[in-house]
Amino acid sequence: MSYLSTTLAITKRELKVYLGSPLAFVFLIAFLILSGIFTFTLGGFFNMNEASLSSFFNWMPWLLIFLVPAVGMRLWSEERRLGTIELLLTLPVTVWQAIIGKFLASWIFLMVAIVLSFPMILTVNWLGSPDNGVIFSGYVGCFLLAGTYLAVSCMASSMTRNQVIAFIFSVMLCLVTTLLGFAPITNLLSRWLTPESIEKVANFSYLSHFDSFQRGVLDTRDIVYFVSTAAFYLFITSLVVRQVRAR
Amino acid sequence: MIKVDNLFKTFGNKQVLSDVSFEVAPGEVLGFLGPNGAGKSTTMRIITGFLEPSAGHVEVCGFDVATHAIEAKKTIGYLPESAALYEEMRVGDFLKFIAEIRGMSGPAQRQALERVCEQCHLESVWHQAIETLSKGFRQRTGLAQALIHDPQVLVLDEPTDGLDPNQKFEIRELITEMGRSKAIVFSTHVLEEVEAVCSRAIVINAGVIVANGTPQEFKARVPSGRMDDFFRLVTLTDTAHPTQAPSSHFNSETHA
Repeated sequence: MSYLSTTLAITKRELKVYLGSPLAFVFLIAFLILSGIFTFTLGGFFNMNEASLSSFFNWMPWLLIFLVPAVGMRLWSEERRLGTIELLLTLPVTVWQAIIGKFLASWIFLMVAIVLSFPMILTVNWLGSPDNGVIFSGYVGCFLLAGTYLAVSCMASSMTRNQVIAFIFSVMLCLVTTLLGFAPITNLLSRWLTPESIEKVANFSYLSHFDSFQRGVLDTRDIVYFVSTAAFYLFITSLVVRQVRAR
Repeated sequence: MIKVDNLFKTFGNKQVLSDVSFEVAPGEVLGFLGPNGAGKSTTMRIITGFLEPSAGHVEVCGFDVATHAIEAKKTIGYLPESAALYEEMRVGDFLKFIAEIRGMSGPAQRQALERVCEQCHLESVWHQAIETLSKGFRQRTGLAQALIHDPQVLVLDEPTDGLDPNQKFEIRELITEMGRSKAIVFSTHVLEEVEAVCSRAIVINAGVIVANGTPQEFKARVPSGRMDDFFRLVTLTDTAHPTQAPSSHFNSETHA
């Protein structure tokens, strides 16, 4: 049995759990309705008078802060609460296979949800002639941002048996890290910090890196930022899961 | 086939296992006895690689569980205590998932599924969600999961717990039958089960092995010749008359 097929067996199982539960449909509907409301009313889609999805992507980080933890909160805490973690970790599965398998399943689910917002693309293309390259890079940014938030949720989920605690903890963590690059916060920080140090702090924010995707720039540095941040949180997850075994 | 060497385990500052050593050969069914909290489940969790020991080694089929975890786990079938299973899955899907993880596919997988379905009498609940099953069927699903890859080593944590007498009988039959070729360790509170099924038994108390021998040897050690009297004799630590070891087979010093 190759390394990959074990991982994919776990991914398949987790995906079936999502699709077999009402949670998936509640999530999809909530995501699509909220992203629609944000884009067309709060985002001022029509007032902007331009064929772009910037009002959609502007709201994405804030929407995902709440929705991604809702998807990721059960990944490990449910295994711990039900005791199935004992079954999983006594099968011939490495901790990393389990972590990656679970992460992939949730990430695929999130990407499907994000892709289901495609009527927006059709709408702007029908109303005008948007730069579809910018839209494409915006979507890539959304996928990466969702993956990074998800890694945070994985870590939070591995730390507790309680899904609610996992949810709140990951929302807080995502929120704080995102806010570091949010204009009102950086303006506030400018009272105490030099512009250079503010820039350094903001560099840690998901927002600063997401912005360039929104502008249509696929910069390797931003991709590396998201991938390495996600890898960091998954690494912490692996330490926590191992700790469960050593107790 | 299972070799447990000087196992120690502490949770926080609580000593749960101290210096537990034993071996199980193929064709042997080892009963694991002891009061609640004596360290039975902890020992089994260490053998199956779920918990790491604080000190000591476990070898299964020649693989060190600490250094060759995956190889060792491939040879073990494990039924965790009270069979914690993926509740929302259907029995058939769940067993298929386990078979996939165990690296089975195609006709081999289908045959394995048919075999455990028959062995554990799961035909009637095959398409039912595990959360809707009765205790007996849950336990049998857990057992089917442990048997799916026809393992050389079986570790069963209270396999007959919560079953009715008929179901207990069936599980015992199954264990006896499989015990001819496999190395089996199972824990239980039911003492007559040990007499009926086990070729050898270990009694553990407060993390220390207090007796290791055949059920016949155990019974010979108490005047009444009854298993439960023997069990009480070796596991009541505050007993006024500490047990003496009549042979090297027994290391029955009471735990301070």
